[in-house]
Amino acid sequence: MNTNQTQQSTGSSLAQTATSGIQQETFYYDNKSVKFFAYATLFWGLVGMTAGLWAAFSIAYPQVNLGWAPTTFGRMRPVHTNAVIFAFVGNAIFCGVYYSLQRLCKTRMWSDKLSKIHFWGWQALILLGALSLWGGFTQGKEYAELEWPFDIAITLLWLAFGANMLGTILKRRVSHLYVAIWFYIGTWVAVAMLHIVNSIAIPQSFLKSYSWYAGVQDALVQWWYGHNAVAFFLTTPFLGLMYYFVPKAANRPVYSYRWSIIHFWSLIFIYIWAGPHHLLYTALPEWAQGLGTAFSIMLIAPSWGGMLNGLLTLRGAWDRVREDAILKFMVVALTCYGMATFEGPMLSLKSVNAISHYTDWTIAHVHVGALGWNGFLAFAMLYWLMPRLFNTNLYSKKWANTHFWLGTLGIIFYVIPLYWAALTQSLMWKKFTPDGILQYQFMETVTTIQPMYVLRGVGGLLYISGLILMIVNIWKTVKQGKFVANEQSQASPLPKKYESHGKKEHWHGWIERRPVQLTVLSLIVVGIGGIAEMIPTFLVKSNIPTISSVQPYTPLELHGRNIYIREGCYVCHSQMIRPFRDEVARYGEYSKAGEFVYDHPFQWGSKRTGPDLARVGGKYPDSWHYNHMLDPTSMTSGSLMPSYPWLFTDRIDKMKTYDMIKVMKKLGVPYPAGYENNANKDLDKQAEKIKKSLEKDKIKVSKNEEIVALIAYLQRLGTDIKNEPKKESITD
Amino acid sequence: MSVMLILLGASLVVSLIFLAAFIWSVKDGQYDDDFSPAHQIFFDEKPKSKI
Repeated sequence: MNTNQTQQSTGSSLAQTATSGIQQETFYYDNKSVKFFAYATLFWGLVGMTAGLWAAFSIAYPQVNLGWAPTTFGRMRPVHTNAVIFAFVGNAIFCGVYYSLQRLCKTRMWSDKLSKIHFWGWQALILLGALSLWGGFTQGKEYAELEWPFDIAITLLWLAFGANMLGTILKRRVSHLYVAIWFYIGTWVAVAMLHIVNSIAIPQSFLKSYSWYAGVQDALVQWWYGHNAVAFFLTTPFLGLMYYFVPKAANRPVYSYRWSIIHFWSLIFIYIWAGPHHLLYTALPEWAQGLGTAFSIMLIAPSWGGMLNGLLTLRGAWDRVREDAILKFMVVALTCYGMATFEGPMLSLKSVNAISHYTDWTIAHVHVGALGWNGFLAFAMLYWLMPRLFNTNLYSKKWANTHFWLGTLGIIFYVIPLYWAALTQSLMWKKFTPDGILQYQFMETVTTIQPMYVLRGVGGLLYISGLILMIVNIWKTVKQGKFVANEQSQASPLPKKYESHGKKEHWHGWIERRPVQLTVLSLIVVGIGGIAEMIPTFLVKSNIPTISSVQPYTPLELHGRNIYIREGCYVCHSQMIRPFRDEVARYGEYSKAGEFVYDHPFQWGSKRTGPDLARVGGKYPDSWHYNHMLDPTSMTSGSLMPSYPWLFTDRIDKMKTYDMIKVMKKLGVPYPAGYENNANKDLDKQAEKIKKSLEKDKIKVSKNEEIVALIAYLQRLGTDIKNEPKKESITD
Repeated sequence: MSVMLILLGASLVVSLIFLAAFIWSVKDGQYDDDFSPAHQIFFDEKPKSKI
């Protein structure tokens, strides 16, 4: 009878078995946390994918933006990405880790309290975070949009999770750390580092901050973080889960355990260095770009090692794949993992990247991995695990199989139209007429691929309908089952290898006996402190302008830039002209590193759903921008861009100018001393100019309307280098 | 570009942590037996003694 064991839930008792004198301890696995994380995975999966569906259809049909800020693509997209990555994948990771870690260590999670804090804290974080993103509170950096209070909360919760994992590992009854556990540990260490380094920002107010880094440096940090987030949040924890759940589901041991060890260690060493492949053909030094490409190619080996090891684990079980939806999901998940980890390195080659960057190919690539690897493996895990938690069978195997087909078709309909769209658009962008002028307007390339956006939306619809079927299936399974909150198990404790002087000395004694590790760890700790002290100096110094004509943004332009960031303009518009003939012809002089030294955060973007804006300054009159933001189709027929009517009714808050300038100065932007006290004077002057120029085109506007600030910002972009001819010194 | 000092530094720190972990795991004899672990994960069925 294991239903009334709550009082024994954290304890363990010694009991002698009838056979030999081997002491077996009885203990109880915590299934409650696993169940909660599982429910959260399904719930946030639905929310996150619905946000994605909305985003997808709002590109194809701009009316879907509804003319309302929260549902506009620029805000919906970060809700989608954060929800599917941190809420769906995140909860799936925790669900699988809490389930497998306990059983691999043959012990209960170290602290029930931490488990609770972790679970409820994470859900609160997601909920409030989503609301904040819809509200336009964003740091303007992809997959790191959440503002600084959330960043702090994430750090604390991650520490709680790590402590709980470490405590569990330390009180394990199995001395060998199964390969999955190594993946979990590696994940934890890397994510902690990435999150902390990339999130460093100076706050202006409770929900507004600016990246500590600027321009090129910010781009570097961002994509070092971004790629490693893929590596250590979307890949390594799921590989850990794979190494546990695939053998369990197939009832076959891992094909080659030795191979899994090699795969793990080589993967985590190589992955960290692949980040620069997000910055090919930008101002990043050539050697860094090359490093990223080289390591990305090398990464194929360990990645495919994992895929093949997983697939070959099904040797002798392929007949069951035909019948078992769980195994089907796993096979496709592993295959998609292999596809994505081949495609990724290919996209890291400069010649391929020249064509793919800023196109939908990147999105297609992401979703092969996200829908195929992450989604399908999460589904497989939950289908396997939920019936076991409830001591029953899955309600409907048939539905699970239907889900598999819906999901697979969904992936295909998602990915293939985008491949077509990407190649078509990229080649159109690059086409010149025989006379040497660009053949296509940007708008033509968009109109051509719009049908593909519709098909992609259909793919998402199929995928999400599979998820809905799963939710019903799991709900019915839960209803017919009997939950085991604390699952009893037995195992003998680890043999005591050494004499310890009592519990208090345990970990300390361990490290004392290992002087090498002690030294290394101490060096690391000291090194971190040293780095933290030395780096700020370097950073501030290196933000000295290398192009003398580049000046800080004016106060009005800073307000406008904040609006640009708030509305997520950077998710559709890039600000980085690459040194290609077609880009220079279309957008102007290619972008120099020195132009971005005051951009906190950088806004280079990753995608051109709309044209690049790096040199949009001065291209169109103020009235063009006015009309374009109010109704894009009035200026560009057939435009898929949403309207922004609230920019014409909302006002900028001039009280904020003081804090804005102060924070910028703290970040090293060279405003004159005391400028924060007079900044609004300049703001008013510049706004008045724009108001007058709009009046010339018969447009009446109050000078404090947000649109005026945005126009000021847009008209500034890319114009600085035209001011002082040939005085550029590009040194860094 | 000097932000690379942070990135390289942090990456190296993490790599060194991984290296230390690898050395520990080999020294601790974690990989002396590379056959049993793959099979051990199947031995967690319901305990024999039911109270």
